[in-house]
Amino acid sequence: MNQRGIVLYLHVHQPWRVRDYSVFDTAYHHDYFDGNAGNDRNNRRVLEKVAEKSYRPMNALLETLLERHPDFKVSLSITGTFIEQCERWAPDVLESFQRLTATGRVEIVAETYYHSLAFFYSREEFERQVDAHREKVQSLFGVTPTAFRNTELAYNDELAKWADAKGYKAVLAEGWDPVLEWRSPNHVYQAPGTARTKLLLKNYRLSDDVAFRFSNQDWQQWPLASGTYAHWLDSATQNGPLVNLFMDYETFGEHQWADTGIFEFFERFVGEWASREDATFYSVSEAADAFEVAGEISMPRTVTWADTERDLTAWLGNGMQQEALRHLYALEHDVMRSGDLQLISDWRNLQTSDHVYYMCTKWFSDGDVHAYFSPYDSPYDAFLYFMNVIRDMRYRLMAYHNTGGGHG
Amino acid sequence: MSKALATQGASIDFVVPYTASHPNISFMRVHGATPLGPIHKNGMGAYDSAGVLKDALHRKLSKNLSTIRDVQARYGEFVEELIADSAPDAIHAHDWLTMEAGMKAKDLTGAPLIVHVHATEFDRSGEHTGNPIVHEIEQQGLLMADRIIAVSRITKNIIVERYNIPADKVEVVHNALDVNELGDYHYDLRTYKYLEHLKQEGFTVVATVTRFTIQKGLVHFMKAAARACERYDKLVFLLAGDGEQRDELLRLSADLGIADKVFFTGFVRGKQWRDAYCVADIFVMSSVSEPFGLTALEAAHHDNALIISKQSGVGEVLHSIFRFDFWDTERLADQLVGIAASPTLKRELTEGVQREYAQLSWDDVAERCLGLYRHLREGAYA
Repeated sequence: MNQRGIVLYLHVHQPWRVRDYSVFDTAYHHDYFDGNAGNDRNNRRVLEKVAEKSYRPMNALLETLLERHPDFKVSLSITGTFIEQCERWAPDVLESFQRLTATGRVEIVAETYYHSLAFFYSREEFERQVDAHREKVQSLFGVTPTAFRNTELAYNDELAKWADAKGYKAVLAEGWDPVLEWRSPNHVYQAPGTARTKLLLKNYRLSDDVAFRFSNQDWQQWPLASGTYAHWLDSATQNGPLVNLFMDYETFGEHQWADTGIFEFFERFVGEWASREDATFYSVSEAADAFEVAGEISMPRTVTWADTERDLTAWLGNGMQQEALRHLYALEHDVMRSGDLQLISDWRNLQTSDHVYYMCTKWFSDGDVHAYFSPYDSPYDAFLYFMNVIRDMRYRLMAYHNTGGGHG
Repeated sequence: MSKALATQGASIDFVVPYTASHPNISFMRVHGATPLGPIHKNGMGAYDSAGVLKDALHRKLSKNLSTIRDVQARYGEFVEELIADSAPDAIHAHDWLTMEAGMKAKDLTGAPLIVHVHATEFDRSGEHTGNPIVHEIEQQGLLMADRIIAVSRITKNIIVERYNIPADKVEVVHNALDVNELGDYHYDLRTYKYLEHLKQEGFTVVATVTRFTIQKGLVHFMKAAARACERYDKLVFLLAGDGEQRDELLRLSADLGIADKVFFTGFVRGKQWRDAYCVADIFVMSSVSEPFGLTALEAAHHDNALIISKQSGVGEVLHSIFRFDFWDTERLADQLVGIAASPTLKRELTEGVQREYAQLSWDDVAERCLGLYRHLREGAYA
């Protein structure tokens, strides 16, 4: 019998945000991602800010904790777009991630290099991006990922079958009540029609206590003490051996600022959990190896880790978002056969799901502006600049294929 | 118009509600009634009367110039001082913004008041009801006026029907285009490079240059654009300008599936403004209610084929144009495809409208005004 335990999985990502790209830039300038103004469309500025607030202090803390507690383990997914930005503007951050993985107790989880929704648009492109990510991880960290997470934890039975065919030990998904029904997320499951890939489900209540609620002073449990939280995890692991805590890495220092006490909380909590005789930490793949499948769970419809709907509507909910991605993926064939590496890279960077997320208008109805952070003044601005970029991509393609603008 | 009036011998004191230098104006005296800059008015609801405060109608004068009503009050005060020194032969007030000052001036000097109507609150509010305060000021001004000039028959009809003014008190004097002001211009094909590229591939550029506001009927235009694209693929749409409807239009373009065919420039002026006409093949004026519509003449000057809503006054003076009811998206779509698909038709329209707009002249407008001033002095309308 394996010890009860927790999987701590953090997602590290930064997109290449599109600058204020106008009609008058179209067909002249192809520097979509080179915003240099004093706003949040300036990628360098954002990266340097978040590096200071989150990546540097959190990695330092993780290093300390790995040294201090031999049982401590973390799993990370790190996108290619983030890695590229670090290579340019914060190489020390990348080195600290390398030191973490060198301990052998930090697992890197596979995903699409560009943090894209390609799985739903082009299976071929999706696989190319997963391959590109694996190669990047191998060259930087010297490891080959054995577990998979799709962008925004967007998961369905099809994805499980794909991961199974590719030989992944585990795939990550949301532990969403309407899917689980009476079952607990604190077991390892399996998707229908798969042979070996196991399904790890996020315990969203306990994850969100840290990721979303930690600094909310209106929350009844505020301020959350590490001891209290460890007790909640004790209870949770009574009815299922494994609690999966999945969240954005940037929870630490960026979503929850240092002055909320998030770092101290995390340090103390890890210490308390490590001191338990009968409990431990697992990495994602270790958990998949350690536990037997408790049952089969089917998710024919796509489930994500976002919003109360847990679907893709934050990315594909309105006409602008659908149009933007429709036109983007329509370029695939011409982009790929151009052989122009810059063009291909730009096209892929435009696939990052954040771009369409910035066009989200869901919050208009509930007024919860802060739930949808965007570097743009409005979703419409995001859409406007993106469409101008799409047209510029078409313009560049004309030079290769003489195909004409074709679509306007 | 002022220039043409001056050329024909009128001496003009021109009172504006802002202060700026006017290096090219030597034919009249320009008075700035407030120290505000000319751009300032855009933030004050001069065009969008929804911002006009109810309680401000009879407010006491103050030094405060934070709302358009404050500026109007100061403007009236300024005009009062101006006429204390020299009595005018005629007072010519343009639209609701200056009507109160005009009435005051008439009251103090006994000089005849001419109210020149370029737009009414009914036009500005599109298919909705307008601001009652503005309507009230317009009603008083129109009643107090000795003569009314409307810039089109459409506007005259509104004045007669909606404000109950006797038809024989209203003259229609259409606007004109000062071609000299546009001057010789060399279009270098650069500003809208991508659009020029598409044109080489056989695309037709449909443009409108306007404020994105309900009055302009752009939602209907967008729907017609989508219908046209179903039948003819090589169309693109340039929406030059900005306004409170931009977001709605952006979203609509996506919902209609033509987002990649619609170009939004944002606010344009200078070369970007001018080149919007230059790159265009077809110019659409889709206004729900447009007293005149000078941009159509500008478009004609730049060789555009014109499609003008029947609710736009400029259509009364042009013949080589297509017209449509602003709500008739099917008809507009047909006309768009028709012109795009037929170079001959396009040539006929542009050549015809070239001749027609060139016949319109501010000199004629000035002559009509001077005649009107003279008649008033002679008591011809009494």
